[in-house]
Amino acid sequence: MDLYEWQAKELFAKYGVPTTKQVVVSALDEVAAAADSLGGGPVMVKAQVKAGGRGKAGGVKFAPTTADAVEKAGPILGMDIKGHTVRTLLISQAADIAEEYYFSFLLDRANRRYLAMCSAEGGMEIEELAVERPEALARVPVDPVAGVDAAKALEIATAGNIPEAVREKAAAVIEQLWAVFTGEEATLVEVNPLVRTPDEEVLALDGKVTLDENAAFRHEAVHEGYHDISATDPLEVRAKKLNLNYVKLDGEVGIIGNGAGLVMSTLDVVAYAGEAAGGVRPANFLDIGGGASAEVMANGLDVILSDPSVRSVFVNVFGGITSCDAVANGIVQALALLAGKGEEVTKPLVVRLDGNNAEEGRRILTEANHPLVEQVDTMDGAAKRAAELAHAAGAA
Amino acid sequence: MAIWLTKDSKVIVQGITGSEGTKHTRRMVAAGTNVVGGVNARKAGTDVDGIPVFATVAEAMAETAADVSVGFVPPAFTRDAALEAIDAQIPLLVLITEGVPVQDTAYFFAYSQERGASGDGAGATRIIGPNCPGLISPGQSNAGIIPSDITKAGRIGLVSKSGTLTYQMMYELRDIGFSTCVGIGGDPVIGTTHIDCLAAFQDDPETDAIVMIGEIGGDAEERAAEFIKANVTKPVVGYVAGFTAPEGKTMGHAGAIVSGSSGTAAAKAEALEAVGVRVGKTPSATARLMAEIING
Repeated sequence: MDLYEWQAKELFAKYGVPTTKQVVVSALDEVAAAADSLGGGPVMVKAQVKAGGRGKAGGVKFAPTTADAVEKAGPILGMDIKGHTVRTLLISQAADIAEEYYFSFLLDRANRRYLAMCSAEGGMEIEELAVERPEALARVPVDPVAGVDAAKALEIATAGNIPEAVREKAAAVIEQLWAVFTGEEATLVEVNPLVRTPDEEVLALDGKVTLDENAAFRHEAVHEGYHDISATDPLEVRAKKLNLNYVKLDGEVGIIGNGAGLVMSTLDVVAYAGEAAGGVRPANFLDIGGGASAEVMANGLDVILSDPSVRSVFVNVFGGITSCDAVANGIVQALALLAGKGEEVTKPLVVRLDGNNAEEGRRILTEANHPLVEQVDTMDGAAKRAAELAHAAGAA
Repeated sequence: MAIWLTKDSKVIVQGITGSEGTKHTRRMVAAGTNVVGGVNARKAGTDVDGIPVFATVAEAMAETAADVSVGFVPPAFTRDAALEAIDAQIPLLVLITEGVPVQDTAYFFAYSQERGASGDGAGATRIIGPNCPGLISPGQSNAGIIPSDITKAGRIGLVSKSGTLTYQMMYELRDIGFSTCVGIGGDPVIGTTHIDCLAAFQDDPETDAIVMIGEIGGDAEERAAEFIKANVTKPVVGYVAGFTAPEGKTMGHAGAIVSGSSGTAAAKAEALEAVGVRVGKTPSATARLMAEIING
């Protein structure tokens, strides 16, 4: 889960990372009070979206007075930054900046450990720095067992060429950021810029944190508190409540399958088939997992059929642990359940069953003889059929 | 011969008394796996279908000479279970559990490497997973949850991040058969990588060709391509899932996410093709490429 800057800085404060005072607002008439509460001095007005390049888009402004803050906030609220609408603003104390540094802890998937990245040349986009001046960006491996102590933090700050005058202070902040990284079970903690002030303090002026969703059970309050429903697709919210592994996409062919890899592959095969069928595309990712019950199938079908852009549905199951007769029964019961709730199913379903007990599964569907359910033997053939049906429904 | 798992492997199950553990122990036994014991500290001294339950991995190994452990332990307890198995120096640990926090996996993987480098000669525990279906050497042994009846023994090696795509490919190539199929798991940090499997298949005299299945996220496939170029002389056929995955969305597997321009399926397929790996557009097309290689 990616956090907003204000959430990241809230977590920083919890671990003693020095930062600036801040207030979050979601309406223009809250801006003046927020700026005044920070002492009435100069503030930064910062768009809160989970996307980079906010400054370039005009979403970050310096405001010397409260009146100016209100004036600057107006155009930022509601602004679109890379497809994200700005709904909240962070008003924070402006800091005097002598120098800007870069710092991050992240998961190094390739080497199966962590990486600390540090540079005395902060402020700019780190991807640009990594390309243009890779020698200026220190990459220091961090062993997950040994972790980061004072000596390691100093090693990182030194490798990043942080000036000696503030190196000890920067190292102390690095240790605190390590506490954030491990304490909150993050996969990314990034500060850009980490600044040196004229009076030799080191402050985190921005924050980017990604939390590990697999660790949510150990951090329920933080994960629930920071979960952002407004930024999530309504169908995804509903699917999540039903414990379905669902991602909304922008096409017309609804997809249900078992296993993340097979479902991803199904999306691809449907997209290829769609190229020859008017350019129809997959409408979603939905993995019902192993051993899917009739209820899970019904919930999945319910979510997909309620998506107005869906014109046909492709159910693609390879019975491994899951037995295909159970899946077939699930489909039949799901259609009955939906009909029982008064939700008439009008979109065609193409079903491909293979693997464990596939013959029995196919027999059950043949016997049920539902007018909207069509069976195709192969994954490629079924994808083609589902794409054709979606195309035909769109043309009608 | 197969890799890592053979008919001589002696398997124990951590979490054998849980519902998943018991269910899959029965399936493994039915597939011919030599399951010699289980582990649950609170149920030591009991048995599951006549398979003795021990208090610790170390005790189970001492009593049965087990050399493989399969873990069906809930996510919150996987770290401790893994550390216990590593401390007992089991040669192969297969972690099926989905949803293990990544910092736990990073910790026990690093711990296993340090333990292996400690110089007592035992070597590091090989960890497969977590969030994987395990591995099967058809006709010999099955450690995990891969269905044993969808393919037969043969001379293809298979490595995949995805469980169901593993099954799909085993089924498509069932007439040719497999030496070993390894599901390495879809988490961001996993104990055994594509490269580890490619190296083992390259060295295995009973494997003639390799199917490698990847998916979006990370750069494991790109690194595997470099490895193939330098080290693999056997034919390799590849498949990558997730060409249509949007940026920034996790597609089921915790590790399956496209970040910016990195981790895309297109980049992975390109990297593999650049080193001479034939990449199929769909699972069936990939299976056909492999069938052509084997059947000439």
